[in-house]
Amino acid sequence: MDLSYSPEEQAFQKEVRQFLADELPEDIAARVKAGGEVSKKDTERWHAILQARGWLAQTWPEEHGGPGWGPVERHIFDEEAARAYAPRILPFGLQMLGPVLIKFGSDEQKAHYLPRILDGTDWWCQGYSEPGAGSDLASLKTKAVREGDEYVVNGQKTWTTLGQHADWIFCLVRTDGSGKPQEGISFLLIDMNTPGIEVRPIRLIEGGHEVNEVFFTDVRVPAENLVWEENDGWTVAKYLLTHERTGIAGVGFSIAAFERVKALAERTMRGGKRLIDDPLFAARLAEVEMDLEAMKIFNLRMLAEAQRVGHPGVETSMLKIRGTEVRQALNDLYRRALGPAAALIPGEAPGGNAALVAPEDEAAAASYFNNRKISIFGGSNEIQKNILTKAMLEL
Amino acid sequence: MNFEMTDDRRMLADSLGKLLGSHFGIEHRNSVAYEAPFHDKAGWKALAEIGILYAFISEDAGGMGGSGFDLLAVFEQMGAALCPEPLLGAAMAAPLLAEAGEDLEPLLSGEAIYALAVDEPDAPWDADAGTTEGGDTLTGRKTAVYGANAATHFLVSARQAGKLSLFEVKAEQAAVSPWGMIDGGGAGELMLDATPARCLLPDAGEAIAAALDWGRLALCAEAVGAMDWCYATTLDYLKSRKQFGREIGSFQALQHRMVEMKTAIEQARSITILAADRMDSRSVAMAKSLVGRTARKVSEEAIQLHGGIGMTWEYPLSHYAKRLVMLDAQLGDADFHTARVAARYA
Ligand SMILES: Cc1cc2nc3c(=O)[nH]c(=O)nc-3n(C[C@H](O)[C@H](O)[C@H](O)COP(=O)(O)OP(=O)(O)OC[C@H]3O[C@@H](n4cnc5c(N)ncnc54)[C@H](O)[C@@H]3O)c2cc1C
Repeated sequence: MDLSYSPEEQAFQKEVRQFLADELPEDIAARVKAGGEVSKKDTERWHAILQARGWLAQTWPEEHGGPGWGPVERHIFDEEAARAYAPRILPFGLQMLGPVLIKFGSDEQKAHYLPRILDGTDWWCQGYSEPGAGSDLASLKTKAVREGDEYVVNGQKTWTTLGQHADWIFCLVRTDGSGKPQEGISFLLIDMNTPGIEVRPIRLIEGGHEVNEVFFTDVRVPAENLVWEENDGWTVAKYLLTHERTGIAGVGFSIAAFERVKALAERTMRGGKRLIDDPLFAARLAEVEMDLEAMKIFNLRMLAEAQRVGHPGVETSMLKIRGTEVRQALNDLYRRALGPAAALIPGEAPGGNAALVAPEDEAAAASYFNNRKISIFGGSNEIQKNILTKAMLEL
Repeated sequence: MNFEMTDDRRMLADSLGKLLGSHFGIEHRNSVAYEAPFHDKAGWKALAEIGILYAFISEDAGGMGGSGFDLLAVFEQMGAALCPEPLLGAAMAAPLLAEAGEDLEPLLSGEAIYALAVDEPDAPWDADAGTTEGGDTLTGRKTAVYGANAATHFLVSARQAGKLSLFEVKAEQAAVSPWGMIDGGGAGELMLDATPARCLLPDAGEAIAAALDWGRLALCAEAVGAMDWCYATTLDYLKSRKQFGREIGSFQALQHRMVEMKTAIEQARSITILAADRMDSRSVAMAKSLVGRTARKVSEEAIQLHGGIGMTWEYPLSHYAKRLVMLDAQLGDADFHTARVAARYA
């Protein structure tokens, strides 16, 4: 047993650190650190910097413009990037659609869409969920009817993250309602500027706008925008859901969150004592740290296994559950460490000598509430447990 | 033994519930809760008119209540309706003004709005650790003063001749930096710099501690009301939301979570009743800690069991969830009160 990175991996880690030190714009890192919204522009700037280095499409094979990394390199990058407060890479085009097109797309589709994802021409969003189809995705109803060389789409998607910025949406649509629910689904690429599409904002619990409802009324989509075979979109969707989920534990986010809470507790005074010296608070933080340390190794064990057998195991569901729990526990401690001042609304608190907290800590409560989402989306923690139950009890 | 509410309290709670239902529907509630001054004059007046402020004072002192159970009757309703009006300050100020022999009429009629200013940035929740100095004027800073925007008077704790004293500062003579709270309602920073003040109680340590405990009990009751609402709403949702061709409430994994939630709420209600009965600092500390932890758990579970919809501004549950999490940070969080309870073992 040897827990250390190989010499090559260590060299790679150094290279990533250096890259982040040289290339990650300070103003962007400051905004990420403050937990506020990362703008479309910030994301585009960061994507362009990564692309210039060839590190943007981390899960793509080299022939399509990927860096040729394995899961360990990707893990090292994630961890270092989160520590440096780099914005996350937007997953929709790069981690979701890209791999799907590479596996299922036609040559024309690959040639057309992949370069536009890499150079930032197209901003993608994910149109899976519907009001009636959340955990039970296969019950989706948005209908696409073939008319000549077009599909006519009617229905509604919801929870569409960053749909307000998107040029394109990849959708699961129903092309056949006669058989089992999974059987009549197709995977369709839709230009958001097509007449008949309406995007309405959904405001989230903390007040932010990151998700939307997307309505389709007689939206005409060229038939060539179908990916893979008609009525076999479920195969595509399943691939996407199980594809390379090495980042699923969010270890990097948790490491950054842990450091942030610890630093705050060290400079926070409670009645003449530092908060970090309060045995109750310290014990809570220590317990989360243990889980985090364990999870780093658990995650690496899964990565090694995935590298060995070629695909991730069912344990990724455990990592998703524990990973979201650790992140949420850290969000909770961060909010608590601010005491009554945590209640302020980011950007609306008094400044000057009446300031309550350091500007970078203003969003603690807002991010705590916003991050309740991480145990709901991407397959809720209950659904992950169902997956594990099936596999473990061989049901 | 009798756990029934007296008829008087039930009548008060019922009329308060009705008033809140008609006046503070969720849309109006949100517009009051998230916009300065976080206070609705007409709503406040209506609350005062049905006499809820009298619940905070005993009959001897000119009120109609004054027991922990009076407080429960009022604040459970406030929590169930998520009412953002600055009632907490009045509840804590009333016994202090009575102790000082002040005229209570302005408070009881709703004409004067009191806010209690005890917390300081480096010593939240702990009156004894404050460093504000008092005399004819006050100098120092008070933080997270709830209801600061609406307040006409501040009751301020400060050191004077080595003792913790209580002062009154008139709002028009105070420098206040107000701020809105993420869970609704307003707070403020009270910046005291040789600010004119009148001493109400020169030796106020015990009275202030008792007033804070009174406020803590109010928060526990508010949480119980809001938790009941969240439980009922989540239960309804589980019975109506369908996935995989059936109500999600038919999944045993979720059924057991509901049972856990309900059990935790009943425990929280029970310790709140204990604290209301005893009104000693140990029972109140136990209640505030247990309720604080339970409220957060209920909030998180209610959101999770709803899925995405529970995360939206438009769905009222999200606002209850925010309140339930954030009230733990008022007047001492769970750890602060657990430490108070544990200190008795030493
Ligand atoms: C902030 C946010 C961003 C999102 N972004 C996107 C996006 O970009 N694109 C997109 O397509 N979707 C997106 N989603 C949608 C997300 O995938 C769904 O919210 C998720 O699938 C859950 O569905 P639901 O919200 O309808 O909850 P439901 O499926 O109705 O679930 C409600 C509750 O029931 C539980 N439950 C359901 N079935 C079972 C079962 N069989 N056993 C036990 N428990 C069960 C759930 O775990 C949950 O607790 C986003 C959601 C959020 C909150």
